[in-house]
Amino acid sequence: MWQFQPRTFIPWYLQLISPLIAVFLTILLGMGLFSFLGKDPFHAMHVFFLSPLSDGYNMGELLVKTAPMLLCAIGLALCYQANLWNIGAEGQLLIGAVVGSAVSLQFSDSAISVWLALISGILAGMCWSGIAIALRQWFNSNIILSTIMLNYIALYTLQWAVHGPLKDPAGMGFPESAMFSDNQLLPILIENTRVHLGVLFALLAAILCWVLLRFTWLGFQIRVLGHDESSAHYAGFSIRRLRWGIMLLSGALAGLAGACEVSGPIGQLVPSVSPGYGYAAIIVAWLGRLHPIGMCISGLFLGLIYMGGDMAQIDLGVPTAITGLFQGSLLFLLLASDFLLRYRLVKVKSKETQHG
Amino acid sequence: MDNELLLQILTAAIKTGTPLLLVALGEMVCEKSGVLNLGQEGMMLMGAVCGFIAAATSGSLIFGVLMAMLAGMLMSLLFGVISMHLKANQVATGLALTIFGTGLSAFIGSTYVGQTVKGFHAIVVPVLSNIPFLGSILFKHDPLIYLSWLITIAVGLFCTKTRGGLILRAVGENPYNANAIGLPVMKVRYMAILFGGAMAGLAGSYMSLAYTPMWMENMTGGRGWIALALVVFSSWKTKNLVLGAYLFGIASIMHLVLQGLGMKISPNLLAMLPYLATLIVMIFIGSNRMKEKLSAPMSLGQTFDSRV
Repeated sequence: MWQFQPRTFIPWYLQLISPLIAVFLTILLGMGLFSFLGKDPFHAMHVFFLSPLSDGYNMGELLVKTAPMLLCAIGLALCYQANLWNIGAEGQLLIGAVVGSAVSLQFSDSAISVWLALISGILAGMCWSGIAIALRQWFNSNIILSTIMLNYIALYTLQWAVHGPLKDPAGMGFPESAMFSDNQLLPILIENTRVHLGVLFALLAAILCWVLLRFTWLGFQIRVLGHDESSAHYAGFSIRRLRWGIMLLSGALAGLAGACEVSGPIGQLVPSVSPGYGYAAIIVAWLGRLHPIGMCISGLFLGLIYMGGDMAQIDLGVPTAITGLFQGSLLFLLLASDFLLRYRLVKVKSKETQHG
Repeated sequence: MDNELLLQILTAAIKTGTPLLLVALGEMVCEKSGVLNLGQEGMMLMGAVCGFIAAATSGSLIFGVLMAMLAGMLMSLLFGVISMHLKANQVATGLALTIFGTGLSAFIGSTYVGQTVKGFHAIVVPVLSNIPFLGSILFKHDPLIYLSWLITIAVGLFCTKTRGGLILRAVGENPYNANAIGLPVMKVRYMAILFGGAMAGLAGSYMSLAYTPMWMENMTGGRGWIALALVVFSSWKTKNLVLGAYLFGIASIMHLVLQGLGMKISPNLLAMLPYLATLIVMIFIGSNRMKEKLSAPMSLGQTFDSRV
């Protein structure tokens, strides 16, 4: 008789196998869905996952899509490592974009305009996450709910900004800011693509995060806090300060992502700054096992899904909403496959076989 | 403020509070069994889209509502299997349910965006609606609002007055003890989860078939999340839940109130009010921490495993 039993020890390779199973099952599910819609599933998967990699420009686009998610995911992963359920990357990103644009438009003639925008985006993201952690620390508020509420408030702040104070007077009534000038744009790193400096920031953030968690005393404290709060307490770590620091850092990264989006690929403030990058970052963080290298890979995969959704709309006439469907299934299947981490299938001798 | 405006505000507060009340009732029952399902928003969206499509294609609003409830239940079943049988973390699974539901509802509803149906009409209750003032506020609503009151009363009575309610709470307080005295923990929790799904689906169909009879991506606008705060705010008591839902209803229609008072504020800023209100309520709850700790089900959010 076979039975599932709780594991006492998790082998390291299962940490890798479980996300791979989730990705595999998601692709299978996608193929099933496309055949159900009457499309050739193999052609569809080709459009979805291979055509974004077909040429240099598209590869660049993949990096452009991945960068904001990776920046957000790194911050979120630090929070999750320390058991802070921050869901607020989306709002922190949007506020970073709004404040970054506002500052950028204010100093559009200055040569350092784009840098001012980045710094103010970072600060805005920090403030936004600061509200959530202040409510958590001072009033014991549930951080999931407060960050979600702040996401909606940020969304309406963005709507207000593009319809009101930041609206381009020469924009023929569209709810958009003025187009940014060269002073306000991030430098392009690779010619003939849209790969901007923000991509490098994301990569740097991943490396610094790895160093922080792996080699520093601070990173050790974060990991201990996440594993067992009472140990962290017993060891005399300043849990309060750790939580504040992690949350502010996470907001800073998401705010930077927002400022980079408006001063990079978009080049102005628009209502659709983010197609849900902050929410997708949650999946990037979990799929990448909260590990910087893992998150770089899972970030690219989620970027691929975003691009594939656009490609599938053009090539197959499937609504882009399929991107969200893929993202949701991926997270669900990951949680399901993680069953393997906690339980193992063992053969249990039943009574008859023992006696027989 | 004149009487006419007050009348309008209170009537609108009931209308806007109803989806919150429905989804929060479902979540409250679910939490009483010890299960924290953060997927309300996703289940509501699925209810809204499935209810809309079913009603639009069949021409029957009641069929739409039933399909919406079924969709909510199927979604919650998915949550149940992953969090109960596969023992995944409830918080993460609930989040996944919302992300999944948001994506799936946008996908299946993409060809229906902007279409409308003839939604539920108000039924004027004879005699009762003639009561001055109160009659106009309470008895000129669509049938789903009357249904929400019946469900509220039923849930309130079930939780406080019946053996089933006692079992529900026993399982939520301590599933291991409940298991030891022979209560079917998993069955009770699954039923609570399914009820939560059905209520979220119903709330979603209220949005797409009565409140604004149309389908739009993300049309529930975070009401599923607000409902979660509402459950804590009500300290898991039905009567507080009703009060809270209608108060949030008022917060969501503040623009009406402020316009009535002649104030001109950007509609985008006014749209923030329900979320700001939720944040403020959370501060209020947080300063009553003992009360929250005493009234929350003890095992809330913890995975139950009979093998441990």
